[in-house]
Amino acid sequence: MKPIESFDDLTTVTRDALVDLLYRLGDDELVLGHRNSEWTGLAPILEEDIAFSSMAQDEMGHAQVYYQMLHALGEPDPDTIAFSRKPREYRCASLVSLANDKNWAFCLLRQFLYDASETVRLTALCEGTLVPLAQAARKIRSEEKYHLMHGRSWVLRLGNATDESHERMQTALYEAYPHALGLFEPTAADEPLTLAGICPREEELRRQWESAVAPVLADAGLEQPETAQAAYGGRVGHHPESLTSLLNDMQIVYKIDPAAKW
Amino acid sequence: MVNPMANSDAERRAQYGPDRGTADTSADAGRLEAVWQAVASVTDPEIPVLSIVDLGIVAGVRIGGTCVVVDVTPTFVGCPAVEMICDEIRSAVERAGEDDVTVNTVFDPPWTSDRLTETGRRKLKEFGLAPPLASTCGNQIGRTSSSVMPPAETVPCPFCDSTETVVESLFGPTLCRSIHYCNKCLQSFEHFKTVEL
Repeated sequence: MKPIESFDDLTTVTRDALVDLLYRLGDDELVLGHRNSEWTGLAPILEEDIAFSSMAQDEMGHAQVYYQMLHALGEPDPDTIAFSRKPREYRCASLVSLANDKNWAFCLLRQFLYDASETVRLTALCEGTLVPLAQAARKIRSEEKYHLMHGRSWVLRLGNATDESHERMQTALYEAYPHALGLFEPTAADEPLTLAGICPREEELRRQWESAVAPVLADAGLEQPETAQAAYGGRVGHHPESLTSLLNDMQIVYKIDPAAKW
Repeated sequence: MVNPMANSDAERRAQYGPDRGTADTSADAGRLEAVWQAVASVTDPEIPVLSIVDLGIVAGVRIGGTCVVVDVTPTFVGCPAVEMICDEIRSAVERAGEDDVTVNTVFDPPWTSDRLTETGRRKLKEFGLAPPLASTCGNQIGRTSSSVMPPAETVPCPFCDSTETVVESLFGPTLCRSIHYCNKCLQSFEHFKTVEL
């Protein structure tokens, strides 16, 4: 298919679908970035404190890229997008909204499942027709390698370590898996984005993701939930209560003084 | 700008040399050289021995009429130093006599660790940071289902060059560094991450 060099070359339908996709991408990154930052100073060991803080910084940087693109498409500026919307206006999947609950096993598994999904999606976007998005995806994808190496090594280590660590990882997997499937919630944007060659259908990405995570989970001795029901709703603004609490924390300074420099 | 699809960054550098930029007239050529020198005087705030030109993040310099445009391709998208570096570039170019300076961040060409110059790699090592590994077959993650997961990397020790090293932490004091340990000289060291497409 012919490359689309500029946002100006998009039809209205494709443009609207792209806006929807960029909100999904940016909101997943922003909210998971915030969840990661909640481990700063609290992670079980210093190296993981640094790891989760670094990943928070990475994800926030990526969110900003997507929000900048939205701004170029006529949406508000990145700070306004991040800090002034109500929960229902967010398009993140429930996986990233769920509270950390001081549950290290859950957060590690969530991160691993998420990073694998991001890698699959970014790889598809790199090969897509929309040049500005493909360029950003290519760059962001090059950074994800380290997230995946980190996640995989911990999933393998803890899955195969003690009975207790195995048990905790298995429980976390059962808990996280339906929400991870929710990352691939089909939306009305699927059709126009596929037709324009910008991004494959969610069901196709889900298939690729499943075949990517399955071998690692198997090597970790973890049982992949075969019959998990995908937790949908995030992509149309239905979120767990935990997102509201997160946004209350994240937006507090902005709400006191939207013009504050900080 | 050279064709980004043509070759790898290393091949492109070998073919074209560093992208010295464009000037509208020969009178601007002197200005361009002065701007380029000003840009090269800016160093990485975390690695003060390293010019941002040797780091490879200056994607291009252009002069058109009274305005100067510098394109910066960040090492890591979320790197908090990018804004500071852009501010420093603007100040340095203004000190070189330009009034109308724009500094953009771009993702094309994307920064990869192959953009580091040989001088850059040597300075990193002298600073005690293991330079990035030479890129091999590119970043294969996600290309096929069996290769979604990247392999572990062995980084030679910057102090004794031994490859008997282990990864201590994939994340370090800045987004671009990981932490390793050398089993030969028994020292911890940091590695400037290998970033490839």
